[in-house]
Amino acid sequence: MARSTVPIRNGEDVVRVRQEVRRLAIEAGLGLVDQTKVVTAASELARNTLDYGKGGQAVMDIVQNGARRGVRIVFEDNGPGIADIELALKDGYTSGKGMGLGLGGARRLCNEFAIVSTPGKGTMVTIARWK
Amino acid sequence: MDRIPILKLGEALLVTIQVDMHDRLALALEEDLTTRIVEYSAKGVLIDISALEIVDSFIGRTLGNIAMIAKVLDADTVVVGMRPAVAITLVELGLSLPGVRTALNAERGMAMIKRRIDDGYPISEYEDEGGS
Repeated sequence: MARSTVPIRNGEDVVRVRQEVRRLAIEAGLGLVDQTKVVTAASELARNTLDYGKGGQAVMDIVQNGARRGVRIVFEDNGPGIADIELALKDGYTSGKGMGLGLGGARRLCNEFAIVSTPGKGTMVTIARWK
Repeated sequence: MDRIPILKLGEALLVTIQVDMHDRLALALEEDLTTRIVEYSAKGVLIDISALEIVDSFIGRTLGNIAMIAKVLDADTVVVGMRPAVAITLVELGLSLPGVRTALNAERGMAMIKRRIDDGYPISEYEDEGGS
């Protein structure tokens, strides 16, 4: 199925990620609230990729699991990585200028959330929202 | 760089966000509004977000900052027109927009601001005493 890759190098790219996720979410048949949730989660994660990961990319697909359709997005960067993922997922924790809601908030807004990070190598966050 | 237009309506400022804001645009709005509040001695700021399809933590924080800055400059901020799906998402995200007054639509928001301008009380004080 259609795969879309959006590079994340600046603030405009974060907007592009939102628009592309919205497009795929509509195509996958997600309702308005689900669309809004997954687009918001993607916005948080795209900003993390930019601010903390020093840029990277978002790769998104429409996915099918039996009768269910959904959207999956993978955010990848080659930044400094996250040393303590549990801590990074806590609300209110931030290593930068944010509010500390990005990672934990994104996890709450999705049906699937996985994060793999190697300090010094980079971070990969995968989210999915099903219909 | 693009800017979001700010309209002056008596002692109130009116902002309608009609584009998907990137972060720098949100920060520019914060700066421009601060300048205008002082320039026009504005008492109220109405921000219409009915065209916004999402409010993420950055936009939420910017709205909160605008309300706080306006308060320090003796102006009240009312955010109006939030879409239902956006409200649901905001709460799940963990953002409650502390310090930001909201109204269902621009008409009610303007009424809140007008009352403040007519009575001279900040909106919060008015409502504490009002006991309508």
